[in-house]
Amino acid sequence: MALFYVFAAISVLASLLVIFQRNPIYSVLLLIASFGALSGLYVLLDAPFVAVIQIIVYAGAIMVLFLFVVMLLNAPHEETVYDEHTHPLMRPGPRRFGTLLAAVLIVELVLALTKRGESGVSPGGAVISVNTIGQLLFTEYAFAFEVTSVLILVAMVGAVVLARRDARN
Amino acid sequence: MVPLTYYLVLSAVLFSIGTAGVFVQRNLITILLSIEIMLNAVNLTFVAFGRLRFGAADGQIIVFFVMTVAAAEAAVGLAIVIGLFRHRESLNPDRFTALKW
Repeated sequence: MALFYVFAAISVLASLLVIFQRNPIYSVLLLIASFGALSGLYVLLDAPFVAVIQIIVYAGAIMVLFLFVVMLLNAPHEETVYDEHTHPLMRPGPRRFGTLLAAVLIVELVLALTKRGESGVSPGGAVISVNTIGQLLFTEYAFAFEVTSVLILVAMVGAVVLARRDARN
Repeated sequence: MVPLTYYLVLSAVLFSIGTAGVFVQRNLITILLSIEIMLNAVNLTFVAFGRLRFGAADGQIIVFFVMTVAAAEAAVGLAIVIGLFRHRESLNPDRFTALKW
């Protein structure tokens, strides 16, 4: 129970710091910390497979991709060029208003989620093993599994086409 | 045993933080990072429901697909950001006003 609070606090704090950082590299690294805490929460939920692929796929692949792009575009130096003609929504006043709206959203969601009492049913006792997930994935969800392979192919082709330089001359 | 409500509240808080990040940020890449925060909050909801309400592995299967979609979307989104940066030499979303009416 204490572990839940520790992981929850780390993930919420790291996510909060992500959106208030100037340097995008710090944002990416803080998000990796948040993903680590979420992975711990998945272990608490008896989902070791999801915990491991969270680290491998999210922290190990997607965040590394973000880091590549941040360093390719030299993004940390981007913030030093301050724009005088700032959009009105980005000035401190409306920015605080946006944060206030987010706080209202949190309060609303929390109230909506805690209205209904806990029914006390906690089914299942065993850790969901990779065996179970594999059996489900290749029998009941086999079509979706094949479709995601097509999705990844399309994303790959799209990313290459979008990011290449126009050297058509 | 942690009740389901705690996980749902945590997921709601993370989702709201991600939404606030999308609106408040001045950097295109950090906006994409906030979208990843939102997707992670949804993943947590799926796993929590799957484990604590249904006792089945279906929640984790859906998380598998959500992660795949998130990876594909991050790749394509970052490719778009690279193209935009080449065009305008800036990562500030306020500079891209071509579609403004």
